[in-house]
Amino acid sequence: MVDTPALLVLEDGTVFSGRSCGASGERFGELVFNTALTGYQEVLTDPSYCGQIVVMTYPMIGNYGITAADHESRRPYLEGFVVREMCKHPSNWESVESAPAFLERSGVPAIEGIDTRALTRRLRERGAMRGVISTVDLDPKSLLRKVRLSPTMAGLDLASRVTCEASYPWDEALPDAVRGWPLPFPLKPHVVVMDFGVKRGILRSLVSLGCRVTVVPALSSGEDILALRPDAVLLSNGPGDPEPLKEPIAAIRRLLDARLPLFGICLGHQLLGLALGGKTYKLKFGHHGSNHPVKDLSTGRVEITSQNHGFCVDLSSLPKEASTTHVNLNDGTSEGLAHSQLPAFSVQYHPEASAGPHDARYLFTRFGNMLLERMGVRAAAPELRA
Amino acid sequence: MPKRTDIETILVLGSGPIVIGQACEFDYSGTQGIKALREDGYKIVLINSNPATIMTDPGLSDRTYIEPLTPETVELIIANERPQALLPTLGGQTALNLAVALAERGVLERYKVELIGAPLDAIQKAEDRQRFKATMQEIGLDLPKSRMLSDLSELQSIARELGFPVVVRPSFTLGGTGGGVAYNLEELRDKVHNALEASPVKKVLLEESVIGWKEYELEVMRDAKDNFVVVCSIENIDPMGVHTGDSITVAPSQTLTDRQYQAMRDEARRAISAIGVSTGGCNVQFAVDPRTGRRTIIEINPRVSRSSALASKATGFPIAKFAAKLAVGYTLDEMSNDITKKTPACFEPSIDYVVTKVPRFAFEKFGKEFPLDTAMKSVGEVMACGRTFKESFQKALRGLETGKAGFEDLPKEIRDSWDESTLLRKLSIPYSDRLFVVREALRRGLSPAELNRMTGIDAWFLDQMKDLLDFEARLEAEKLTPELLREAKRQGFSDRQVARLIGKKESDVRALRKRWDIIPSYKLVDTCAAEFEAFTPYYYSTYDGESEAQRSKKAKKIAILGSGPNRIGQGIEFDYACVHAVQALRELGYETVMVNCNPETVSTDYDISDRLYFEPLTFEDVMGVLENEKPQGVIVQFGGQTPLNLTRRLSEAGVKILGTSPKSTDLAEDRMRFGAVLKKLGIAAPAYGAARSPKEALAVARRLGYPVMVRPSYVLGGRAMEVVFDDDGIRAYAAKAFAASEHPELFIDRFLSDAVEVDVDAVSDGVDVFVAGIMEHIEEAGVHSGDSACTLPPHSITPGMVERIKTSTKRLARELKIVGLMNLQYAIKDGVLYLLEANPRASRTVPFVSKATGLPLAKIAAKVIAGKRLKTLLPPGILKTGLPDLPYAATKEVVLPFIKFPGTDPMLGPEMKSTGEVMGLDVDFPRSFAKAQAASGQALPTSGLVFLSVRDEDKPHLLSVAGQLKQLGFDLVATGNTHAFLTRHGIQAKTVFKLGEGKPDVVDLIKQRNLALVINTPSGKRARSDGFSIRRTSLDFGVPIVTNINACQAVVRAVAALRGTRLGTVALQDLYPLLPYKVN
Repeated sequence: MVDTPALLVLEDGTVFSGRSCGASGERFGELVFNTALTGYQEVLTDPSYCGQIVVMTYPMIGNYGITAADHESRRPYLEGFVVREMCKHPSNWESVESAPAFLERSGVPAIEGIDTRALTRRLRERGAMRGVISTVDLDPKSLLRKVRLSPTMAGLDLASRVTCEASYPWDEALPDAVRGWPLPFPLKPHVVVMDFGVKRGILRSLVSLGCRVTVVPALSSGEDILALRPDAVLLSNGPGDPEPLKEPIAAIRRLLDARLPLFGICLGHQLLGLALGGKTYKLKFGHHGSNHPVKDLSTGRVEITSQNHGFCVDLSSLPKEASTTHVNLNDGTSEGLAHSQLPAFSVQYHPEASAGPHDARYLFTRFGNMLLERMGVRAAAPELRA
Repeated sequence: MPKRTDIETILVLGSGPIVIGQACEFDYSGTQGIKALREDGYKIVLINSNPATIMTDPGLSDRTYIEPLTPETVELIIANERPQALLPTLGGQTALNLAVALAERGVLERYKVELIGAPLDAIQKAEDRQRFKATMQEIGLDLPKSRMLSDLSELQSIARELGFPVVVRPSFTLGGTGGGVAYNLEELRDKVHNALEASPVKKVLLEESVIGWKEYELEVMRDAKDNFVVVCSIENIDPMGVHTGDSITVAPSQTLTDRQYQAMRDEARRAISAIGVSTGGCNVQFAVDPRTGRRTIIEINPRVSRSSALASKATGFPIAKFAAKLAVGYTLDEMSNDITKKTPACFEPSIDYVVTKVPRFAFEKFGKEFPLDTAMKSVGEVMACGRTFKESFQKALRGLETGKAGFEDLPKEIRDSWDESTLLRKLSIPYSDRLFVVREALRRGLSPAELNRMTGIDAWFLDQMKDLLDFEARLEAEKLTPELLREAKRQGFSDRQVARLIGKKESDVRALRKRWDIIPSYKLVDTCAAEFEAFTPYYYSTYDGESEAQRSKKAKKIAILGSGPNRIGQGIEFDYACVHAVQALRELGYETVMVNCNPETVSTDYDISDRLYFEPLTFEDVMGVLENEKPQGVIVQFGGQTPLNLTRRLSEAGVKILGTSPKSTDLAEDRMRFGAVLKKLGIAAPAYGAARSPKEALAVARRLGYPVMVRPSYVLGGRAMEVVFDDDGIRAYAAKAFAASEHPELFIDRFLSDAVEVDVDAVSDGVDVFVAGIMEHIEEAGVHSGDSACTLPPHSITPGMVERIKTSTKRLARELKIVGLMNLQYAIKDGVLYLLEANPRASRTVPFVSKATGLPLAKIAAKVIAGKRLKTLLPPGILKTGLPDLPYAATKEVVLPFIKFPGTDPMLGPEMKSTGEVMGLDVDFPRSFAKAQAASGQALPTSGLVFLSVRDEDKPHLLSVAGQLKQLGFDLVATGNTHAFLTRHGIQAKTVFKLGEGKPDVVDLIKQRNLALVINTPSGKRARSDGFSIRRTSLDFGVPIVTNINACQAVVRAVAALRGTRLGTVALQDLYPLLPYKVN
């Protein structure tokens, strides 16, 4: 086995040299670190990482290979992958291929042998930065020049790169039975999912809840969606800056006017915030991991959540009908909102987890209860936890 | 919820003496928990019989009882102190069982004491296998099929239902004692029989075997608001079938996908809720079928544990502290993370390194290897952190101090002796050498997949090990370049390993590293994978580039080397001394740097020292830390033999050794030169000689005259020490010893039969010497000092002899220029004082002496080492007058692990075998001895039938023992000879058959539990086997046994003292004011 050298260069001029452990090539992106100990496959296939190079803080990646059941989308959309050590001999009864083979097959450059802790500390101190991974150009100076010319995330419409081309039905449930689901819907409610880069975990959760699911492209108008006669709409997660997504924001406003139940997740949360007239801002280095404590202000309980976002809704910018429902205990940022007059709520984190703890799955039940009420069933189900 | 205000006083139970399955981790947890509770203003009453603990330091709790952990004693203390709450979750299984006993006896209700931390029902649900099973099934968790039984009647049909192998688990035992795996019906019958004996409730669970499955543990916490976090996941390299305490384990889990892991997390959450733990920490164990992924829950421990200590050290998350706070009403979101300061404790730590724990065994002490099974057998452990598995794995292996510099081969002769079938058998039955068997199999070309089938070890770990072998091949074949060496270091190879592979010396590799600037970097254990800034200087080494351990500018900085993994002969006592040294130096304004690799200890708690380095205690690793920190000096005398063995090399490398100089240390360890010193000082020593060949050994022994004491040079805990009685004995010993050692040298001493042995601890500042403790051993010289009970003040030595001991000790301390602690062992025979051994370091008895006298010896020694004069540190006048007599007596008794090693002879000798100790404090020697016996788990009887059988040499003493027992109202029984001897001297006794003479014999008598006490002293050489069955059966059936005639005499005195009165209890805080001097 011949080691292929690779370089990682940051826009501040920091150079890390390592070995290639994925596809060869040269790719640019915003560097973010993810602190999850498990779930690299979900990270690799999460469309929200479009435009980004992901650094895993856990040093041993690829241990259990790649399974058939844990893809969060059709393919990886991230620009690159940075690890301390990539495992070539995975071991797990579900493993179907190794992570480096998957990366190579998917055309994602990856670099190993990096002091990922030093890199993480740098990102923590200086904030998210642009970077490049290259296996072709090994001249740090030339790479630095190119990095500095690459686009930044702010203002980029990345959702349109990852959304589906046409609407489609989804009927696959979560692979494991979930206690308390499905809900006792009198009729299967129809949930339309606006796909800004939706993770399959969300779709699977909705199916497991007992919903009929239709996924529609990001640029579907409010009328397009209403024409599908949905009982509710879910605003999906997705990559990057919400502000450039003017058409989806307009569509959401139309849905709000129609008083359709709305549930926003991550980018969907930000878009709901913008649709309600709020503002968003970029965090220094974002939240990416599976261990963020979030308090549900309505129950006082803390859930350990899966997070992946670089932008955040400024809750103070929202109309008074929209209130904060969840708070991140690490930095006090707002993590959820609900509208007092409209059947709409959203969270900044990932109740579908994948990867991460299942503590916030109750939010799907909350969404389901909203649907049950609308369908005239009064005895709503308790918000079961894992 | 904020803390509860309806509670003022909390009773905390410790875990008692160190035993296999329960070690320093409960001192660590207890100390942390008590600190946390006092911080909140609670008054703490502590009971723990183990004096060698930081938790029993008088300043830590408000009321400190070093008393037996028995329901009777605890009830007395409850009646006295009237606590409102009892926290039993910090003291291991001992405390949990005790709490259950107190509840069941109605004590808690009678005194209105609330059980906090874990409710009674939760403890019982977790401990009672039947209820556990029912509870888990209710919430839909999968378990191995199982059946509970309390006799042998349905064994056959149950075995058919479960299929072999069958796992045998007795209810309510420590570390799985008495359990095992049976592969056929005959074996099953035996094991169930033993398990029924071991179980205090006489119940045994038989279980479908999940042997060979993957094993996982989750360390979880839950609060009253149902907030739940997993602090750490642990994956065992050893599959199911090997007790988790004996398993090599890794954190975090390595080979589960997120979905598989989260499903396990969900189940752990449901399980802890169903058990009913809502204010504390728990350990939840799972087995996963590697073929199908079927997952079964194995057990829950509703308390802090060895694993939670490991998890705390592995992540930086102080589980015990938070468990204590939850127990008094706080919730997780109300507490902050000490390390990041800004973020809350309610989160799940993320780590960016790999942690490996490797257990350490002590089978060599028992003359027999035991296969690893579901009953724990290891005595200690090391932990290492590395950025990769390979690095942390190799660091842990070299931290183990078993002669391996990493993942290395066993000696060629041993490997060559394994033919293919031997190797295959060794692969299928795990012993303590299993890793090296796997290594040999890899060398011989077996693939990880094949090995996985044979061992059950996940192929992932086997592949990692194979990678290491492949890399070694590169090192051997390629020219060493800076790149190759750096890569070797990144894979955790030590300089010694590299040197061996490339045929150079360790110092050459070290020099190359320096030249090529390949030096370790130090990274932080911060709970959050660098996401937030961390403020706690807790480091591990790696070769990953950026170092975060910036050298502090402080001029006053001292490093203290710890004692590494617990082993027999070097355990918690040395960690205690290290912690005291750190505390003392911090009091003097020094910045302290702690280096240690034992995750169970208080010394590796991150808030003990100013800077903590979790590193193996090898020359290379220690030098790395010292070069990074540049302290003004290093203290090596508190951590036992481990740091002392590094002294010479550190000193040669230019490190300043503080305290007693390396020269003096060498002098004390060089028998010949030391002999000359003794001669010069007029101190007698047993005649001795050294031998470098079997022939020479024989000559020396004959010259000295039998019996002789023989041992290899530089030993610890009497390792391989033996009393030899004749030429045959010396031949056999020498043959073995010279075959096993690389640099063979034997020391042979004239053995002093029937001498009284004395242990002395002293501290010197180079000018003045303070003799702090003169401890008289109960057992005579020849029983290792670490295995002998001892008492302070001495109970039979004449005042004149005490003075001579003091004088000789002072003289020796001055001659050796001791600065700090010194421990001496003397023997007194026929009015002559002999010096047996001098150790210029802290000893096992330092905590005992400190607790007995109220004078913290190790702290005093540390301050002396830092330049303070003794006279400024001791109570005024004491230096001149010497320590006045204590107005009470203190007895130390040991606990022995024989019960864990079936078939071994529970007999004392020159090889140390005890794992821990207890202390009895009372008005006089007999009562303190009785208390120590009760604390050690062998409560003395006050009536009943006593069996007597002693060797001929002891017969003269037997009459007084037997006569007194008679007077005290005991009935006596003896076999033929002894019976005749007693009758001849007018002492009435019943008679019983010896083994083989007829039925029922003495062993039947023991098994029927008709005996209150067994006295059996093994004869010098022959016939040890005759007594073996008696001793072993007594042990297995829980009959108190005394195997030493001197101990018999003490027992008789103690029993006499016990008659008519109950033992009282006393808190240290009430005891010390009785002393004729002031203590702080």
